[in-house]
Amino acid sequence: MSAVLRAQALGKKYKQRWALRDCDLDIPAGRVVGLVGPNGAGKSTLLNLASGLLTPTAGTIEVCGGRPAAGVDQLAKVGFVAQDTPTYASLSVADHLDLGRHLNPTWDDALARDRIRRLGLDPKQRAGKLSGGQRAQLALTLGIAKRPQLLILDEPVAALDPLARREFMQDLMEAVAEHEMSVVLSSHLVSDVERACDYVIVLVDSRVQVTGDIEDLVASHHRLTGPRRDPDTLPTGLHILSASHTERQTTLLVRTDTAVHDPGWTVSPLGLEDIILAHMTRPADAVRDSRPALEVLR
Amino acid sequence: MIEFHLNDRSGLSPYQQVVRQVRHALRLGLLEQGDRLPTVKDVARQLAINPNTVLKAYRELEHDGLVAARPGVGTFVTRTLADGTLAAHGPLRQDLRRWLTKARLAGLDEESIEALFMNTLRNEAGEDVA
Repeated sequence: MSAVLRAQALGKKYKQRWALRDCDLDIPAGRVVGLVGPNGAGKSTLLNLASGLLTPTAGTIEVCGGRPAAGVDQLAKVGFVAQDTPTYASLSVADHLDLGRHLNPTWDDALARDRIRRLGLDPKQRAGKLSGGQRAQLALTLGIAKRPQLLILDEPVAALDPLARREFMQDLMEAVAEHEMSVVLSSHLVSDVERACDYVIVLVDSRVQVTGDIEDLVASHHRLTGPRRDPDTLPTGLHILSASHTERQTTLLVRTDTAVHDPGWTVSPLGLEDIILAHMTRPADAVRDSRPALEVLR
Repeated sequence: MIEFHLNDRSGLSPYQQVVRQVRHALRLGLLEQGDRLPTVKDVARQLAINPNTVLKAYRELEHDGLVAARPGVGTFVTRTLADGTLAAHGPLRQDLRRWLTKARLAGLDEESIEALFMNTLRNEAGEDVA
């Protein structure tokens, strides 16, 4: 399958500070990608680079086979809902749809009107008078009705209450099922990502810490607990994310492609949240040397 | 028609939960041969989950010969799990009751019994794989 987003050695520098660096990504089409990481990790920078609002300082980025926002055709392929789902406060709901129709060659007006009706929004209502949830739904309507190949959403549900959040994610998932578009959305809530996404990018401190198919990640990460051991006698083929020891016990969070057969370890599965947290708190030197060779013990 | 539910604390992925709930409904007779499963779009919307997850669950059920997809129409139940297994429940339950009595007489409390049972079940499953 072709890549919907590809980055090579991508970097963005603001004055003296790198907001994003050494970013390599190759994301297949048809995925719902969750972009997670702490505040200030570079999530919005990456999404703004993908939408073409920012240009790279280093490296390259391609979306849907072209440079972001390179021309009319390229702009039509990508929808972008910026942080806090901005709308024009003084324009009515109907004005927003008119704008969408005039600005987008691939606009699906029937879809937009149908969605507004189903949401129960009054077309004459000004966007500034809408609730946060309604405003987010209006922004999502514009993003979907443009019928993009890729829809990018920057923290779309961060400011919403739980009910509005659920309704937004329901509508987004329905749109994905209906229109076969790829989605990249950033969130700091792993539970949203776990349900909605099948692919994840973890950004920490302006670098990509881990990326991949969520199911593959869950299948390859384990927690091992057992009697205390010298770190030098740990099994080979294990990439150790964290190790903690008490007087008698050793606990490891590991990534491995093969099964751990050593009966000395109790192997338990790790949820996505644990995996993401383990990668977020990984010490910096472990990141550079991503697969240390450790001694055999099987 | 059945409705799916997700439990975030079950330790199972959404995909495993959907598969399990269909199998469960088949076992209990809530789903019968010829019944239609909810569409991928409906499940994706209702649970706010990735449609690919639902597709994957349905494909696994299809691979197990439990359902069949008819393009453009829907996914239908082709086989039920209810009959044979339910009949076997009675005697098995009796055996289990007897075993539980023995376990209590041996001094095990509920927690120890559960741990022993789950541990044995898991080891057995592990041996099957190896």
